[in-house]
Amino acid sequence: MYVAVKGGERAIANAHALLAKRGRGDSRLPRIELAAVAGQLGVLVSRVMTEGSLYDPELTARAILQAQGDALEAITLVRSYRTTLPRFGYTLPVDTAGLPPQRRISATFKDLPGGQQLGATFDYTHRLFTHRGTSGTTPRTPRVEPEAHGAGPEMPEMPRVTDLLAASALIEPDHASGAGDPEPGDLTREPTIFPMSRAERLQALARADEGFLLGLAYSTQRGYGGTHPFAGEIRVGEVEVEFEAPELGFAVPLGRVELTECQMINQFTGSADTPAQFTRGYGLAFGRSERKAMSMSMVDRALRAGEFGERIVAPAQDEEFVISHSDNVQAAGFVEHLKLPHYVDFQAELGLVRRLHGEFRSRVEEKPESVLTDPTDLAGARA
Amino acid sequence: MSTALDGYNIGYLDEQTKRMIRRALLKAVAIPGFQVPFASREVPMPRGWGTGGVQVTASIIGQEDVLKVIDQGADDTTNAVSIRSFFAAVTGVRTTTRTDEATIIQTRHRIPETPLAAGQTIVYQVPGPEPLRFLEPRETETRRLHALADYGLMYVKLYEDIAKYGHIATTYDYPVMVAGRYLMSPSPIPSFDNPKMHRSPALQLFGAGREKRIYAVPPFTDVESLGFEDHPFEPQRFDQPCAVCGSTGVYLDEVITDDKGGSMFVCSDTDHCERAAAALTHSGAVSVEEVTA
Repeated sequence: MYVAVKGGERAIANAHALLAKRGRGDSRLPRIELAAVAGQLGVLVSRVMTEGSLYDPELTARAILQAQGDALEAITLVRSYRTTLPRFGYTLPVDTAGLPPQRRISATFKDLPGGQQLGATFDYTHRLFTHRGTSGTTPRTPRVEPEAHGAGPEMPEMPRVTDLLAASALIEPDHASGAGDPEPGDLTREPTIFPMSRAERLQALARADEGFLLGLAYSTQRGYGGTHPFAGEIRVGEVEVEFEAPELGFAVPLGRVELTECQMINQFTGSADTPAQFTRGYGLAFGRSERKAMSMSMVDRALRAGEFGERIVAPAQDEEFVISHSDNVQAAGFVEHLKLPHYVDFQAELGLVRRLHGEFRSRVEEKPESVLTDPTDLAGARA
Repeated sequence: MSTALDGYNIGYLDEQTKRMIRRALLKAVAIPGFQVPFASREVPMPRGWGTGGVQVTASIIGQEDVLKVIDQGADDTTNAVSIRSFFAAVTGVRTTTRTDEATIIQTRHRIPETPLAAGQTIVYQVPGPEPLRFLEPRETETRRLHALADYGLMYVKLYEDIAKYGHIATTYDYPVMVAGRYLMSPSPIPSFDNPKMHRSPALQLFGAGREKRIYAVPPFTDVESLGFEDHPFEPQRFDQPCAVCGSTGVYLDEVITDDKGGSMFVCSDTDHCERAAAALTHSGAVSVEEVTA
């Protein structure tokens, strides 16, 4: 047993070989190709890229395969690679108002400049299994209305909903007037110090676990720090990323990334001195990650409670609570580290409990009537 | 020295990151016991599995170093094996299990029984760097308590233990005061090991990867475990010697031998145990193999 507990190199090597074998599955079936993962599991790839903080569908597909479909394991792989890459600067802000959307909806206005476009969405699908085998056939080609399609001069202007409202001063603007873009922080390169700026917080939320944010966003809808959200606008589309190299003096396009953006419009604030205005929450994620972007925007707004003088009463409004526990690489690692041996510490506790038991017994023997508690309470009483 | 892993820098971390960590380490050494925030990187093992220690080791390790990695005092526990083979792969440095041969010892939950010497560095893996965390969950608040050296909370906790159990009921991660100024978590070593930190000739570095903090105890620094005049600090004691090597005054693991409550106690420090047992075999005592088979 002593040997079994103290694993050893051979045990690790064997475990890894077994893992690889399980991951390969039935060897008579072909391996899944990287391109198939990137193409056919696009939503999963989006999630791993978003939470892995690295836009690279091909590498992400590799991570998903290597992780045997475990999203968190794949995210960890991507992050561990990303962190070794040199950082040479940051890009110009991406122009999401200018992106030709594959999808664009607003729940606040029936009609708006540029129109609504449903795009590729699970919404309104019936969640029924399609006939076995049909998933392999060529899907029906969607009919495209010529006027709603394509980039270029024919494409209608699609200003962001929040800009429309902002134009009439009903919603808080992007920045306080006169202020330029602040220098962005980088929480992957600088220590996390609370309280954070909103920009740093948004970075943390962007790489935060989708499920955790979903739960928190949901909690705000059920009374734990309500913010009365309206989905002002959700868009999905490809946007150009540009970098301004100091030695060039002009912006160079680096490529295109697919993004999902959510602008949540929330309850208004106002006072005797300032007119009422809607407030905003913002969500942005790589690829098709609508649930993530929506949850993020709601949590972002909830975390702005202090800024608007709201009472902080709910978990979703508590920056230290939310940010410290939202990173799934950290959370999964620490929860799972309980698998590591702890016998030194457990031995220390065991020794103390034994000693307390011994002392309890001798007290009982000396003065049986003075002891009222059950001895089993001792073991359970330690917090 | 060469690295076996294509596409990765020697020591895994890039040089900029190593420099950032070294700066944090210098600050930590200059302010003993103070937690220095650092921009902790992901490393190829999960958070909570020693990522802070790995980053510290990766930043200080050089070509001439000899590395020892222990977990629960043992060189052959799975995570120690994994971290040792990681560094062997990404740095190509020599590794050892002998405490006296190592220049860097990365550890989880123990300090070796063999006294550390000047010139050695011990790197602790730290899960929770903040000794006040379970008394005050907020970082903004604990930072202020450290700034004011306001450690009343901790003394009240220890007092409550005594009121409730008759003893201080902390047996590992027992809080220490460093150089009379900062309250510090010694990492979850058993309180048995706490006295070894006091005025140790070795440099002691602490890395908390998930919590993004580095701290240090320079050589020959006072490290006092908290206590009261009438209830002084008391480390663990064991009544019996190691069943394998016969050592006394060492930390022991309890090994369950049957399902009838039988158990035996053996050294937690495998390097110490092997060498003590080897010294014994001449006199015909039981061998490690016989006991562990």
